Amino acid sequence: MIVELGHFALILAFFVALIQTVMPMIGAQKRWVGWMAVGEAAAVTQVLLVAFSFAALTYAFVTSDFSVALVVANSHTLKPMLYKVSGVWGNHEGSLLLWVLILAVFGASVAWFGGNLPPTLRARVIAVQGSIGLAFLAFMLLTSNPFLRLETPPFNGQDLNPLLQDPGLAFHPPFLYLGYVGLSVAFSFAVAALIEGRVDAAWGRWVRPWTLAAWIFLTIGIALGSWWAYYELGWGGFWFWDPVENASFMPWLIGAALLHSAIVVEKREALKAWTILLAILAFGFSLIGTFIVRSGVITSVHAFANDPERGVFILLILAFFMGGALMLFAARAGAMEAKGLFAPVSRESALVVNNLLLAVSCFVVFVGTIWPLVAELLWDRKLSVGEPFFNAAFTPFMIVLALLLPVGAMLPWKRAIAGRTLRALWPAAVLAMALGLLAYAVQTGRSALGPIGLMLGAWVVFGAITEVWQRAGRGPLAGRIGRIARLPRADWGKAVAHGGFGVTVFAVAAMMAWQVEDIRTMDVGESFELRGYTVTLAAVEKETGPNYFTTKAVMDITRKGAAVATVYPEKRVYPVAAMPTTEAGIDYGFTRDLYLVIGDAQANGSWAVRSYYKPFANWIWGGAMLMALGGMISLADRRYRVAAGQRARKLKAVPAE
Amino acid sequence: MIRAFALSLALIATPVLAVQPDEILDDPALEARARDLSKDLRCLVCRNENIDDSNADLARDLRLLLRERLVAGDTDAEAIAYIVDRYGEYVLLNPTSKGANLLLWIAGPLMLLVGGGIAFAYLRRRRTDGDGPADALTLEEEKRLAEILDAEKP
Repeated sequence: MIVELGHFALILAFFVALIQTVMPMIGAQKRWVGWMAVGEAAAVTQVLLVAFSFAALTYAFVTSDFSVALVVANSHTLKPMLYKVSGVWGNHEGSLLLWVLILAVFGASVAWFGGNLPPTLRARVIAVQGSIGLAFLAFMLLTSNPFLRLETPPFNGQDLNPLLQDPGLAFHPPFLYLGYVGLSVAFSFAVAALIEGRVDAAWGRWVRPWTLAAWIFLTIGIALGSWWAYYELGWGGFWFWDPVENASFMPWLIGAALLHSAIVVEKREALKAWTILLAILAFGFSLIGTFIVRSGVITSVHAFANDPERGVFILLILAFFMGGALMLFAARAGAMEAKGLFAPVSRESALVVNNLLLAVSCFVVFVGTIWPLVAELLWDRKLSVGEPFFNAAFTPFMIVLALLLPVGAMLPWKRAIAGRTLRALWPAAVLAMALGLLAYAVQTGRSALGPIGLMLGAWVVFGAITEVWQRAGRGPLAGRIGRIARLPRADWGKAVAHGGFGVTVFAVAAMMAWQVEDIRTMDVGESFELRGYTVTLAAVEKETGPNYFTTKAVMDITRKGAAVATVYPEKRVYPVAAMPTTEAGIDYGFTRDLYLVIGDAQANGSWAVRSYYKPFANWIWGGAMLMALGGMISLADRRYRVAAGQRARKLKAVPAE
Repeated sequence: MIRAFALSLALIATPVLAVQPDEILDDPALEARARDLSKDLRCLVCRNENIDDSNADLARDLRLLLRERLVAGDTDAEAIAYIVDRYGEYVLLNPTSKGANLLLWIAGPLMLLVGGGIAFAYLRRRRTDGDGPADALTLEEEKRLAEILDAEKP
């Protein structure tokens, strides 16, 4: 019964979305206040309906209702509760429902927090948001109904893919979707502004917090996915340039560009058309990502079981929204003339360069991702584009970005004197260079990758620190510290996020350059040396988990005789899904991870063991978390605070004299 | 129930690690070359995994074949060519720049040039023109502005 109610709520949501799309749009055109107000009510109703539908599906999973086809395909009574719940979105239909739910939440958020928007703009934003919901609800109801029942329910389910039975992966998709779908708000704002025919500083200020929020979620989602790959896949890789990873990375890059260009719109009323275009493209790449994951056109480790019918439907959605928005853009962009003037050397120009680098690097990822498809269609060449290509073609842009970042971030607006900024950055440059040289001297006979990465990362981090220090002005120390403490949160957010980027740049280079690997067979009781640590295979045991069998090794790690840690690498077999997984034994550390993997038993009774010394592994995700944290601090700045809208409304209530 | 589990367990092939200890060549220089080359070769039955990381049997066959060629005295290029001849271009994770693939490789730099050109033109224009009169305020905005100014009066 509850399942049918969930289905019914979804159908109702479809019609509510229809109202949400049509009525406020007409109302805004005709200036009918009543019709515009319908949008808000519809957005709130829609979120309630979709939330109910989602709760109904979750209920079916939690109670293991095997009369629902989706539950049978993705659950099992023995599965731990966390994974019964995360199983809801561990499949195509359920994840789509989550997509639509988040879309509705964002639509309602515009209704709730958009009090300071002009009524026509708000109505149009809500209408565009409703139209996206409409398209995806139609997609779901027509091709991917999560509530399908089975005529003869089986006794038990087929279990969730064991790789997905992991806390990291339970939360990876929701965050990613919050990011993907959050960009739809920026898209709705862009389309609404195009219909309105007006983009001004206020628009830049409104669109930025939404983009920032989406980008923060996307950052966290990508970092979680990467971290999961690191500890779960068994060799400690953290990024594979897989089509689906690229699908999440492209909106991230464009979102980052959009964040920066929206600042120029807000502060200087320039780059308007470009910012609108980025807002359209960012969501466009989200849709392309959806297409890649769910159509099966491009093979990837992540792809859901997919069929062409769905692919065509998503392609139609993509074509409609991108085609429509870009046509609107072509018709209206000319009207958006820039106002602010600035010299070629200025913060504005630096942000243009930032946008250029981010957009082109995104383009490289895009071309690399779809190239196998293009080559097969046009020239009948079956080829692969993998990690080596992306490392070679993408990395240079990031190097240039890291080199220019500290300088650009410190240039004053309008007109800057490059020499003055560079002088302020001298100490940072010298320090970074010294660190790089030191690393080069300490490491012997290895590639220059590590030292260069350290130099770049340190340059970005010290640059961020220099900027904060510079803002403290001159005079006695106490006064300086006071001024630093009073810096707007946006400035702190900027410094933290830029610092995080530097940390990640360094950590990625360090991991690639200084990782140590060891592959061997060893008997129980035997030891070996790994970068100054002694690793002993103490025991190997067979155990049974809730829904798997496991071969569990006990490995002691000591250093100069002192115990460091004991880790338990496992090799699991999930009988229901008929799938083996490896669970690495990892001793996490601040400057290094020790990553141990147990392999097969050899013919002579010994065990294959793979071990890695992974320098600064945690810094990769630590840097990403710093970027997200910086975004959050910036989001908390007074300018973007929700209360700002309320204050304005109160102000309005004061009767004019 | 447990017996059913045990039975199915027996039927499942246990996973094998990517590079097996028995595959490793005795000559560390040759082995290092083999590892490097493996990273650029695709495991044909996997999705986007190189043979160095892959657990699949076919990846193991390819690793062994590659090592065989290296031991036989092939240069890196010869060994790769040998494998490409047998398995096709699809096996290369690092696409060649031959033929249309040249487009793939120059796409980024080309876009940077085009985008850089547009940006440069834009920046030059921003220095001089474009400071037309600011949009006149609408009636509503005038009113709002008056409210704000009034509110700030003591």
